[in-house]
Amino acid sequence: MADIPNIIPALPELFLAAIGMALLMLGVFHKTGGIEDIKASRLISLLTIVALLLTVLLVSTLSGGRLVTFGNMFVSDTFAVYCKVLVLIGSALAIIISQGFLERHDMARFEYSILILFATLGMMMMISANDLISLYIGLELQSLSLYVIASFQRDDTRSTEAGLKYFVLGAVASGMLLYGSSLVYGFTGTTNFDQLANIFANNHGETSIGVIFGVVFILAALAFKVSAVPFHMWTPDVYEGAPTPVTAFFSVAPKIAALALFIRVMVGPFGGLASEWQQIVILISVASMALGAFAAINQTNIKRMMAYSSIGHAGYALIGLAVGTEAGIQSVLIYLAIYLVMNIGVFTCILCMRRDGHMVENIRDLAGMNRAHPMLALVLAILMFSVAGIPPFAGFFGKFYIFVAAIEAHLYALAIFGVLSSVVGTFYYLRIIQMVYFEDPDEALDPPAGKELTIVLTVTGLFVTLFFIYPAPILSAAAAAAASLFSG
Amino acid sequence: MAQLPILSLLTFLPLVGAIFILTIRGDEDVVKRNARHVALWTSLINFALSLFIWVHFDTTTADFQFVESKPWMPSYNIGYKMGIDGISMLFVLLTTLLTPICILASWENINDRVKEYMICFLVLETFMIGMFCALDLVVFYIFFEAVLIPMFLIIGVWGGPRRVYASFKLFLYTLAGSVLMLLAIMAMYFDAGTTDIPGLMVHRFPPELQTWLWLAFFASFAVKIPMWPVHTWLPDAHVEAPTAGSVILAAVLLKFGGYGLLRFSLPMFPDASVMFTPLIYTLSIIAIIYTSLVALAQEDMKKLIAYSSVAHMGFVTIGAFTLTVQGIEGSIYQMLAHGIISAALFLVVGVVYDRIHSREISAYGGLVHRMPGYSLIFMIFMLGSVGLPGTAGFVGEFLVLVGAFKANTWVAAFAATGLILGAAYMLYLYRRIIFGSLTKDSLTAIKDVSLREVAIFAPLIVLVIWMGIYPAPFLEIMHVSVENMIIQIESALNASAAISIAGQ
Repeated sequence: MADIPNIIPALPELFLAAIGMALLMLGVFHKTGGIEDIKASRLISLLTIVALLLTVLLVSTLSGGRLVTFGNMFVSDTFAVYCKVLVLIGSALAIIISQGFLERHDMARFEYSILILFATLGMMMMISANDLISLYIGLELQSLSLYVIASFQRDDTRSTEAGLKYFVLGAVASGMLLYGSSLVYGFTGTTNFDQLANIFANNHGETSIGVIFGVVFILAALAFKVSAVPFHMWTPDVYEGAPTPVTAFFSVAPKIAALALFIRVMVGPFGGLASEWQQIVILISVASMALGAFAAINQTNIKRMMAYSSIGHAGYALIGLAVGTEAGIQSVLIYLAIYLVMNIGVFTCILCMRRDGHMVENIRDLAGMNRAHPMLALVLAILMFSVAGIPPFAGFFGKFYIFVAAIEAHLYALAIFGVLSSVVGTFYYLRIIQMVYFEDPDEALDPPAGKELTIVLTVTGLFVTLFFIYPAPILSAAAAAAASLFSG
Repeated sequence: MAQLPILSLLTFLPLVGAIFILTIRGDEDVVKRNARHVALWTSLINFALSLFIWVHFDTTTADFQFVESKPWMPSYNIGYKMGIDGISMLFVLLTTLLTPICILASWENINDRVKEYMICFLVLETFMIGMFCALDLVVFYIFFEAVLIPMFLIIGVWGGPRRVYASFKLFLYTLAGSVLMLLAIMAMYFDAGTTDIPGLMVHRFPPELQTWLWLAFFASFAVKIPMWPVHTWLPDAHVEAPTAGSVILAAVLLKFGGYGLLRFSLPMFPDASVMFTPLIYTLSIIAIIYTSLVALAQEDMKKLIAYSSVAHMGFVTIGAFTLTVQGIEGSIYQMLAHGIISAALFLVVGVVYDRIHSREISAYGGLVHRMPGYSLIFMIFMLGSVGLPGTAGFVGEFLVLVGAFKANTWVAAFAATGLILGAAYMLYLYRRIIFGSLTKDSLTAIKDVSLREVAIFAPLIVLVIWMGIYPAPFLEIMHVSVENMIIQIESALNASAAISIAGQ
């Protein structure tokens, strides 16, 4: 008789899965039609938010040592706890800012929050994966939910197109990941991360070409998921086409999960091959920063601009991975926490861009926002300066630690390239501020709809502004998380 | 008294005022009036506080005074540390003096978004004071860079017709220089293991590293000073900025670069500084002669003064790199004098701009007939800018030339031509605006300076003459610090010379 595996390390995931199914039942058996649909969606999104926050608590109780279970396929360590907390917060915030939008656009269906919940579950499994197989399962659970959410606005061709495009390209990436995994398995005989790490640590520099091929395929698939150049093509279209709160969700939670996965795979099993993949990561990072900086300049749609901005940000985060040291990983983790808050804030501002009850998305539409809505304009300006990395806002510190790690590892050229592309990138963030403050309004925007948007804006604005006062807790949490990845 | 964090108080008091203004609600006129008063009183209290610091400043020691230190990012060994010495003391005073003057100067001519305007100025004051007081490189960098935010908004929102172009140019130019300095700061951190400024001053960086660090810092400071050929953002920014924006830009922001050279480049990278001295001399002399000639040809008053700023800052860089007591003291004195005189000149331009709304020199002429008081004020500052003995401008330029003469006579000779050219363009400007007959219709009803304007100029006039006639109290403050710095640099140079001899 088989032993019952230790379920404690996976308890948060099990909890979330059970809640997800229960909520699905609740939704299915709820009364339908008209106002009842909206009621159901409100109730379920509220319950989902509560469930996500409870999961945060559950996850936090696991912080401590490294626990493995399910035949070594699932791992829970401080690194996983840190990233899971970020992902859960990102998902919860995304649901909070979605509800009003969904109701106004006749898309208030209860499946929305449940899909986000399942996507989050997939992300948590990705983060905790300790085997190429469990990695794939987590990744697919996440991706399949995301494809559906991208096309959630069924009667809008752009949204449908975004979902389809994401699905087709995502499927290609998954195929590459599987192909790479099978190559690695074929040449090493195992898919387990710990065993792979052992093999590569003791192979004395002799790695078969097949394994390298496998690693490159896996890298390509992961680069797709974090939308790094040259696998970024889907990002602008999907970000532009998907409903705005969905874009907000896409730009944070899946991205954080994918970067966490990227880090775990590269540092864990393939840590011994660092000399092989480091140059690839550097190249991807440089290309992403450059494209993110230059391609965004000409955009007129703010969601598309943010898509390029997020490509650029992936490039900065990858600097930390390219460094590959504990300090480098720590800097990425700090960066992700700050990035999460900034991006949710920016997309909440975009959600506030409505005129005569319709969403507007052109940068030009922001003109003169300062006159009609001074506080909203102030928050947007703070967020933009922060995203650009101007001190004293949080975004500066995110970049600061990344470059500190790069300089420590003597990657001077990479660091210089990084700061210069951030100067170029500053241009288009300043353009938003120019619109908001310098230009005269064509026609005033509607006031922000919904209290929840105002609250999210206030919280993100305050976090970004006041981060500098007391950064120590996030720094030490990230340090502990990075250390757990290297101790095992 | 050492327990009271007086420098933090000085730094963050304007920020408190800004937050207070942010909370003002109500009728538009009430908001405007309250915002103005809160800003003025906050900055005046801050000025009084800085005078208090001046009184308690010990001029017999080169150590940093009023030091405060708190852990900030312990895992990175980066702390929040503030303190001032003889070099930074006077710049803090300059900042706290000019902020209330700027606010007073914008009392009537800024009517659009007054609340935001006053917030920008108070926030700007916080960043500027913080930059001069910071004793940790990362804290310094944060203030140094953050200054761009309010300055960008001041030019962009309240500026002239080409304000968008000018504000973007200012922001991106200075940012591009600064980010390289940021990387250099990180490299210093890994070499010395700390970002504590007094600690870094005694740390000896390896000479090859010094070269790179010096260049990275220079990239940032040269843009800020600004030195030829990276000065082109300055005329644009000055022309488009509102009067008070130009004042603060010329008086304080340009001093960041000179202050940075004195605080970091010279004491921390002495070998590289000596190596690059010819470069500095060359660029400074080109700046002095070339921009003076350019100033002669200007049609726009503000542009002319902007170019004259570049020329005057050329003296500052020459003086600093002579590594003599006279040269360095002269360069600090020149910065202070320029801070007051150029600020006053922009205010002088602002006075007629408020009345006629033109900065073209050709729009004026014969103002002496209608505005005798104004002509007198203008003359005092014009002569100060020329460097007439008895004004603040003379002392600085004279000391710089003495120092330069000791170091290199050719440099002194070329720099001295700048004085002649300076007299030429300033007197020419004065003649075209003030003298001649009053023929233009728009000028026939122009009014002389008002009481508020006199109140703005009075402290500046007193200072220009005081600093010109009796410079001792100011020189006394900086003397010990400057001497100590030179001793440090020389011992560092001797040590590295000994190493290179031993190596042969």
